[in-house]
Formats: sequence, structure tokens, C-alpha cells
Amino acid sequence: MIVQGLVFYLFAAIVVVSGVMVISARNPVHSVLFLILAFFNSAGLFVLMGAEFLAMILIIVYVGAVAVLFLFVVMMLDVNFVQLREGFLQYLPVGGLIGIILFVELLLVLGGAGVTVEGAPANALAAPMPAANVTNTEALGALLYTKYVYLFQAAGMVLLVAMIGAIVLTHRTRPGVRRQNISDQVGRRREDGVELKKIQPGQGA
Amino acid sequence: MVEFWIDYGFPLLIILLKIIVILVPVLIGVAFATYFDRKIWAAMQMRRGPNVVGPFGLMQPFADGLKLFMKETIIPAGANKGVFLLAPAITFSLAMIGWAVIPFGDGLVLSDINVGILYMFAISSLGVYGIIMGGWASNSKYPFFGALRSAAQMVSYEVSMGFIIVTVLLCVGSLNLSDIVRAQEKIWFAIPLFPMFVMFFISALAETNRPPFDLPEAESELVAGYQIEYSSMAFALFMLGEYANILLLSGLTTILFLGGWLPPFDIAPFNWIPGPIWFLSKLAFLFFVFSWVKATVPRYRYDQLMRLGWKIFLPLSLFWVVLTAGVLVAFDWVP
Repeated sequence: MIVQGLVFYLFAAIVVVSGVMVISARNPVHSVLFLILAFFNSAGLFVLMGAEFLAMILIIVYVGAVAVLFLFVVMMLDVNFVQLREGFLQYLPVGGLIGIILFVELLLVLGGAGVTVEGAPANALAAPMPAANVTNTEALGALLYTKYVYLFQAAGMVLLVAMIGAIVLTHRTRPGVRRQNISDQVGRRREDGVELKKIQPGQGA
Repeated sequence: MVEFWIDYGFPLLIILLKIIVILVPVLIGVAFATYFDRKIWAAMQMRRGPNVVGPFGLMQPFADGLKLFMKETIIPAGANKGVFLLAPAITFSLAMIGWAVIPFGDGLVLSDINVGILYMFAISSLGVYGIIMGGWASNSKYPFFGALRSAAQMVSYEVSMGFIIVTVLLCVGSLNLSDIVRAQEKIWFAIPLFPMFVMFFISALAETNRPPFDLPEAESELVAGYQIEYSSMAFALFMLGEYANILLLSGLTTILFLGGWLPPFDIAPFNWIPGPIWFLSKLAFLFFVFSWVKATVPRYRYDQLMRLGWKIFLPLSLFWVVLTAGVLVAFDWVP
């Protein structure tokens, strides 16, 4: 148990430190790399809790896809990040306030510090252990596709609408672009391209 | 203190020993993989290939390694030093940690985790970071182009790869790699899911930046892409990581479609041969196909690469997921 505790504090400390580095790093690419480090250590925390499916999905979705595109955009865009960061101190009180509100809300919901809210699970902190022979992939699947199937579908719809929206907003038709039409190319016959003409001597074509 | 040793110390030592037992053969295998790659490539072009160092040139990879080891690591003046040195290390270590969940035989696996296939998928999708970080940190044009191409390419092919893995998982009912192999005792998935097998192999080519999808390093247009500014051991780590990744994905293809350690027929002369030998020979065969493709297929144009990934592989693999699920439900074959 001691080793587990030590590993937990190691992961948690790295998450917090890299989270701070994300907003304080001078170079935006370094920020994204620290964000990736934070994702990794959060995945480590999930593994410690026995939620290996969530840990792997976190890495595949966030590190493997979202952060790659993030890095891509940060490297490509010529945004003046120093200028963006100038208002950092100005926004600090508002951000801090939001953070404190969220913290208090979490305390209320989780029932810490002796405060309890009606209807909130009394000990949400202690995760319910699934039956020993059920992997958490199966447990999640059984729950998502039965009890929460409508919410699950609704989440899918929201993502679909967001995706179509993003495509519609950024799509522009550029006139005069020459595109490759493979069926045209393959369907081209000798008669379409070659014409034989009999040319009499002494006369031009 | 004694309890601490029994609980943590000795298991840790045993795990370390197991890691060494897996990684040393993998590294030697990677070294010889470069040799076989060059030999196969040479044979297909009617050349001899490496034949000077040692018998049949077998010592060539070690000579290359020694040469790279003795060279100076040059760091460009404008490079972002930390990221520049981190990139090859990441490529190499990612290619190594994937082997932790590969079952070489029945029960012959370092870590038999429940979500083995997701772990492999995560590791292979992280491979892009070494390239994109190296390309960016070099602070030069061609490496940057290579990095951008690589990012777009790997994200594109990962989507269809995910769907192909889902098709296999539908037929297995478990995310554990050993269970996936055991599910193929009756028939290898390469036969009922043949189109998926071919598509997975092509996606593996794209995922490892091998020809005909080697656009990130395309030597005729980008010189060497993200590798230009790298020299000596940093370059060697990139190279080792690349070949280890090829072997890893060959191993994954073997597990998913070619029945892992299982013999083709469970009858007398075939099942005398132990499982790991079957696994390694299938892996070697797939590696041969990798080299074969490299020697015979010309490089794809970039828009063709994107077209293949998004407009052909993605709809086709999605269709096969629905088809497989439908067939499994209709005939009540769901595991």
C-alpha cells in the first residue's frame, strides 16, 4: 500500500506541476508537450484506480489524436503568444474565483469537510468495485448501452452536429482548382486522345 | 524490511529480468531486420546487398551501429536542444514498450493486461510524437515539412485502423491479446476478414512511414524529412525505433489476423513445432512483405495518400464493422 501511495503522489505531483507549466511555459509548443505529460500522468492515476479502460482511452483520444492536432495547429499558426499572455495577471482574479467555486462545489458533492447535500452519493470518493470477474470494459459497456443508452446517443449526436458545423463553417469553394478525376483518367480511350491524319507531302497539317 | 523485499523487491527483480529477456532478442532482431531489409531489397533489384563484413555480410548491422556510435552528435545552432534530443529517445522507447503485451506463445507474455489491444493501439498512435518533435525542434524547413506530413498521415490512418481492430474485437469479445489469439483456434481471422487483413497491413505501412507511404522522409523531395539534422546515435535511435515499430506492427498483424502462436492446422507435423516459432515465422513473413512492398511499389502522391485513407479505407472499414456485427447477430455467433 505504501508503494501505491507513493506512486499516486508522484503522478499527482507531476500532473499539477505540468499543469502549471502549460500556462507558464514561454514557448507554446512546450506548453502542448507539458499538456501531454499531464495527460499521461492522469492516465497513470486511472490505472492506479483500476480503471485501465479509461486510462487507455485517455491516451488514445487525447494524446494520440487531439494533442497531435493541437501541436499541429500551434506549430503552423503564427499567433503572437507573448501578446496573448499579457493579460495573464489581469484575468488571474476571475480565474482564481472560478477555481475556488469549482473546488467548493466538488467538496459539497463529494461530502467532504462535513458538509453533505441531499441526494448526492454519500461516499462518491470511494469508487464502487465491480464484481471480481467483470473487467471494467465490460462493466462500462453494460452500463452505457443499457441504462444510459439515450444519453450516449445524444452525446454522439452533439459531436456529429459539432463536426458538421465545423466543416460547414470552414468550407469554401475555390473556383478554378484542377482536380484529379480518376474515373476520367481510367476511362480515357485511345480514340479520345489520339487522332490520325493523313498528310499529303508538301502540305502542312 | 524483509516483507518489503518479498512484496516488492523480488517481483521487481523478476520483472526486470523478464524485460531484459524480451528486449535483448528484440534489439538483436531489429539489427538483423535492417540487414534482411537491405538484402531483400538488393535481391529484388538484382544486386548483392551488404556482403563484405562477416560471412554473407551478416555483421553489417553491427558495423553500422559501431560507426554511428563513434560519430559526433551534431546539434544545429537554432535547434530547440531539449526537444531535439528528446525526440529520438521517445521514438525508440515507444517502439520498445509495445513489446510488453505481445504474447509470444500461450502464456509467454510479460504483462497479460485486460486492455492489451488498446495499449498497443495507444503506443502505435504515439509514434508520431518522436517525428513531429524532431521535425519541429530541428528548426529547419524540410524536417518541419516531414513532421507536418507525418502528423496528418498518422492521424488519418489511425481512424480506419481503429475500425479494423473493432471488427476483430467483435469476433473475439475481449480486449486481451492472448484471448484474441485463442479465438482463432478454429479459423484465422485473415480468412473470414480478408479485406480487413489487407487494409490493416496497408495502414500499418502508413503508420510506420514505410514505402510507399514514406512521405515524411521522402528523400527525393524532402531530402530525409525529419531526420535531416540528426547524426550519430540520435539518428541511430530513430532508425532502431522505426525498425522495431515495423516488427511490432508485424507482430500485431500476426496476433490479430494470422493466429499468433497457433499452427495453421492442429494436426501431427504442424503442432510439433512450438508456438513461439510459429509466431516468429509469421512475423518474419510479414516483415518480408514489408520489404517486398518497399522494393516494388512507387511512392504515393500526398493527395492520393489522403484520399486512400479518408475516402476509401474509412468508409470501407466502417461498412465492415456494421457487416460483421450484423452477421454475428443474425447467425447468433456473438461470443
